[in-house]
Amino acid sequence: MTSSKQALAHPATSADAAPGSQPGAARGAQGRGTPPPGPDSWRSRLYRWDMKASPYAFIAPFFIVFGAFGLVPLLYTAWYSLHNVQLSGLDHQTWAGLDNYKNLLSSEFFWNALENTFTIGVISTVPQLVMAIGIAHLLNYRLRGSTVWRVVMLTPYATSVAAATLVFTLLYSWDGGMINWLLHFVGVDPINWRESDWGGQFAVSSIVIWRWTGYNALIYLAAMQAIPTDLYESAALDGAGRWQQFRHVTVPMLRPTILFTVVVSTIGATQLFGEPLLFGGVSGSKGGSAHQYQTLGLYMYDQGWGIGNLGKASAIAWTMFLILLIVAAINLLITRRLRKSQ
Amino acid sequence: MTTTELTVPQAGAKGTPDGRGSGRRRVLGAGKQLHAGPVTYVVLTVFALVSLAPLVWTAVAASRNNERLAQTPPPLWFGGNLFKNLQAAWDQAGLGTAMVNSTIVAGTITVGTVVFSTLAGFAFAKLRFRFSGLLLLLTIGTMMIPPQLAVVPLYLWMSDLGWSNQLQTVILPTLVSAFGTFFMRQYLLQALPTELIEAARVDGASSLRVVWHVVFPAARPAMAVLGLLTFVMAWNDFLWPIIALNQQNPTVQVALNSLGTGYVPDQAVIMAGALLGTLPLLIAFLLFGKQIVGGIMQGAIKG
Repeated sequence: MTSSKQALAHPATSADAAPGSQPGAARGAQGRGTPPPGPDSWRSRLYRWDMKASPYAFIAPFFIVFGAFGLVPLLYTAWYSLHNVQLSGLDHQTWAGLDNYKNLLSSEFFWNALENTFTIGVISTVPQLVMAIGIAHLLNYRLRGSTVWRVVMLTPYATSVAAATLVFTLLYSWDGGMINWLLHFVGVDPINWRESDWGGQFAVSSIVIWRWTGYNALIYLAAMQAIPTDLYESAALDGAGRWQQFRHVTVPMLRPTILFTVVVSTIGATQLFGEPLLFGGVSGSKGGSAHQYQTLGLYMYDQGWGIGNLGKASAIAWTMFLILLIVAAINLLITRRLRKSQ
Repeated sequence: MTTTELTVPQAGAKGTPDGRGSGRRRVLGAGKQLHAGPVTYVVLTVFALVSLAPLVWTAVAASRNNERLAQTPPPLWFGGNLFKNLQAAWDQAGLGTAMVNSTIVAGTITVGTVVFSTLAGFAFAKLRFRFSGLLLLLTIGTMMIPPQLAVVPLYLWMSDLGWSNQLQTVILPTLVSAFGTFFMRQYLLQALPTELIEAARVDGASSLRVVWHVVFPAARPAMAVLGLLTFVMAWNDFLWPIIALNQQNPTVQVALNSLGTGYVPDQAVIMAGALLGTLPLLIAFLLFGKQIVGGIMQGAIKG
């Protein structure tokens, strides 16, 4: 979080410092005379009250709604994770202490889900971001119809998890599916994507990659366009070719953006839910017949609304949160180290 | 997030009120922009095909029947069953209700998010108040919290309130957005001249008048972009609607889920459902694709 704090502090101070001195004076002057006559008239009092209270009124909706539907539930989830709460008997909640967590840590399905989340996260995030940088680099050339290319690359983003997964499920079907049919041209025997272990994970990842590569490409493109021209000019003067310019100018200048996308994609991967649920079809909430692609998000849904153990589901949610915090902390360390090395 | 640092000095140097437009960036980048060679076009075409092919093929599959879809090779061109399958998907999944529900849900969430984000973004960008820095940091920090953490209590409370399967269950928790607040703040920092607010203040305008006559007009372009992004997100939301709503009163995504998890799946009908569920957004994308692209690139620089 410190990285964003530093990033934010900059615009905030620059914006406040420049006009800051003037409005202060203007406000002082107007406080004395400008608004309606008589310093103690009800209108001027109302005016001053309005000045003071309105900023809080403007930010209040966010904090009220987030507080009620985000923060308070977060704490209650912690509370429920220490209780035995069953979907079938919501009125009988009994104290369970750390049982839900103990139960979780001794469950092979939890570790399986954790491992799947990690594997699917890696095989969906890494190719996705690498391809996104490549596409962004190409889109950064002067292109005919550049906007059209950008819109086309972003189209999968407009597709919902549900629609995309249903389509890919059919593309990956064992019998007569498009992908197995294409593979037979290169001499590969049909793969039972849904039932095989790595096949299912690969298929689920490909849906994520398909939906998000274009989105990340646009983020990289935006950052690339902000790189000062003279860096490329001096690199060219030093005799750097296109590839060397890309490696030694573009990629280092993109580093903060890359870190940003890595964090966002990691958060996304930790919460992966819809793709494996729908890809699994009938055994969706199990993540396939043998839990091949059951992620943590899916495991939580299965425990909570499949099996009906909401206490355990709460414990899974909090465990996911802790994992995210660890990821954020690691990111912070890396950012710090990068800053120092620069 | 950190990229903010890169853009701020530039924008300050240029100082144009809406200097965030792509025009300025294009000028900046012009010097280094090399013309694309044929290889670039070939590679981009391949990626474009990969992006579009699954969508086009959805329509192809939706126009066939189940038996044909199970055969090899898969159909590569349209058949004659499209309207029959669309009709079947519409009826089986209750897509009529679902479309109306999704429109209400996504529409309300969009209006709420845009208005509340503009108000809060304006306060954080231009008003001075105690703890504003800390509160902004808190707002951004909330983006770290995964939605899974709220689901169990929300589900229990909504059941207690008798709100299960009702649309407000889905609308209320999503009515504000930390990203939107930050997005509007960054935009208004640049796009709204402080003198304009001061002038209105000197004339004795109340805060609400300032918001209505100065802030909203200045924020309009960013409000449009945030609105489009929010609508796409709300329309596609999956986790909470699937827990909170049932088959009697679904959103489009919940309805599609029910099509996909049937025991005797009719693939052609499922594809017709997927096509129908995506169509409204694809049409919006055809109309506003440029703005959505611009918004994501803007948000990327700022967010």
